[in-house]
Amino acid sequence: MRYAGIDIGSRTIELVIVDDAGKIIGSLQAETGFDPMTRARKMIEELPYDYIMATGYGRNLFEIAFDTPTVTEIKAHAVGARFYFNEATTVLDIGGQDSKALSIHDNGKVKKFEMNDRCAAGTGKFMEIMARTLGFDIASFGGEALHFKKELKISSMCTVFAESEVTSLIAKGHSPQDIAMGLHKSVISRVAGMIKRVSGEGNIVFTGGVAHNQCMQKLLADKLDRQVLVPDDPQLVGALGAALLARDTA
Amino acid sequence: MKTEIMNNLQQISEENLVDIEQAKERGQAIVGFYCLYSPTEIAVAAGAIPLPLCGTRNDPIAAAEETLPRNLCPLIKSSYGFAVSDTCAFFRASDIIIGDTTCDGKKKMFELLSRQKKTHVLQLPQNQNTEMSMSLWDSELERFKEIIQDTSGNTVDEASLRSAIRLMNRERQARKALMDVNKNKPALLKGSQMLEILFKIGFLADKEKGISFMEKVTAEAQKGTLLTDPPRSGEAKRLLLTGVPVGLGSDKIVKIVEQLGADVVAFENCSGYKQAFTVDENKAPMEALAEQYLATPCSVMSPNDGRFELLKEMIRGFQVDGVIDLTWQACHTYNIEAFQVDEIVQKNFGFPTLHLETDYAESDTEQLRVRIEAYLEML
Repeated sequence: MRYAGIDIGSRTIELVIVDDAGKIIGSLQAETGFDPMTRARKMIEELPYDYIMATGYGRNLFEIAFDTPTVTEIKAHAVGARFYFNEATTVLDIGGQDSKALSIHDNGKVKKFEMNDRCAAGTGKFMEIMARTLGFDIASFGGEALHFKKELKISSMCTVFAESEVTSLIAKGHSPQDIAMGLHKSVISRVAGMIKRVSGEGNIVFTGGVAHNQCMQKLLADKLDRQVLVPDDPQLVGALGAALLARDTA
Repeated sequence: MKTEIMNNLQQISEENLVDIEQAKERGQAIVGFYCLYSPTEIAVAAGAIPLPLCGTRNDPIAAAEETLPRNLCPLIKSSYGFAVSDTCAFFRASDIIIGDTTCDGKKKMFELLSRQKKTHVLQLPQNQNTEMSMSLWDSELERFKEIIQDTSGNTVDEASLRSAIRLMNRERQARKALMDVNKNKPALLKGSQMLEILFKIGFLADKEKGISFMEKVTAEAQKGTLLTDPPRSGEAKRLLLTGVPVGLGSDKIVKIVEQLGADVVAFENCSGYKQAFTVDENKAPMEALAEQYLATPCSVMSPNDGRFELLKEMIRGFQVDGVIDLTWQACHTYNIEAFQVDEIVQKNFGFPTLHLETDYAESDTEQLRVRIEAYLEML
């Protein structure tokens, strides 16, 4: 049997297919765009499956369009993270337009969660805009930040205000690498608070597109003095969790 | 039966506006109240009509924001907006407005509100258990009594206070009996319906009408005739809503919970079970009122242990599976107290609470939905 999980997020859609053993046997990724259901339809036509479950902000639209069961991205991430790391206790997911932290009981159920989704502060979108302002592409942003020389503190977390703060730092002659590091640190201090509210100790599974960023990984581990685990494909964790739940409930 | 009850409620609400009009023509004073801390009995004892005021809808907020800062609790902005845009019939009918110095936002808003209409603000102490607080509150209620006597032109004496206390106790008991029908498993009345009934009954000038209506609904509900149709499976998760007050127009959380197949079976807030108290009829009336009203367990009190006790009692009594703790944006006291609420619920019942911070606008419906849905998955 082939079990599919589709995670319809605000920026991207991920589709994951697993077999009976839970092994990923196919995956696709696309920009959400302005017509997510047409995108999603194309994706599911490309990869055949027997059962499917939807998650992410678009899950209810998908449920109506394709008559499928759904699960929240909170639970999907807990299940997905546990599949990659069976000792996972905490998950931090920084997606395109939201971030969330959750802790997991020994039995795999979600214990507690926190979400930030009312503004772009500290999300992938924030990082993208800041990278662009500094003239970096998003893939090299973290690497560049690690080449910083001087500590800088960025106090604005709002995307709009942070952008003007960055502009004024550039005008003062600070190097883009130093500013980049300051921005990374400001995001980490925000998500660290969110993590502490859901769990005080244990490893952290870091997921979502921003988990690719090595500077983020390092700062997170240093700031909280906890082990940070990053799955091979951190963006697929939500979709994988949904696929595994489709398998378990089929 | 359900439709008949709701139509009946609609009819009573429409008659109410006529009742208010007629009372005014007869020369009865109307006293508008914003907060549960002000004893309505004193108005009733003076032959005046106590009315709650509007403040649960989003529409007038834009009008309020012409004067008030945006980053302020929506309840305060809505109350003020209704007043300045003259869109609340009860505000318009009132001869005097009574406020309390509950939170910073409200007390400063009342300064501006007093430009619209005569306003009296009760100086509320910040705790409930010291002699100083009690003596301040006693003298505030005496002053309040003087003002009501002046406004109504009637004298408040011990006999009239006693009979007002008896009447209002009966009303609160009828309210409590109605809310208690949902101690039953499954709940006998949908949360949204309970909220609508309690909300609309609150505005009735004729207290007897409200009491008999609530008694009728309670009796029908107990017969099982008001259950949702088709009845929900016994599986529906039972939630308690605590925190800030909710009413029609600020009930989006209750709606989302129901859309997700769960039930709000209990309301621990000042629109719900915080009103389920009884004033001691054996004590000297002014003393009894002062004691009972100051004991209202709102987060503006420090400490506010009464709320935690009430919560524990209700979680057991209503056999709830989960607790949603609602904070209106910029309400610091409920926002901070959410930490203690979560701690106490976890410690005593072993499940976490869901703390939500939002305003009256619908813009974050999906964000709230995902949180509530994830919370229900956890329970």
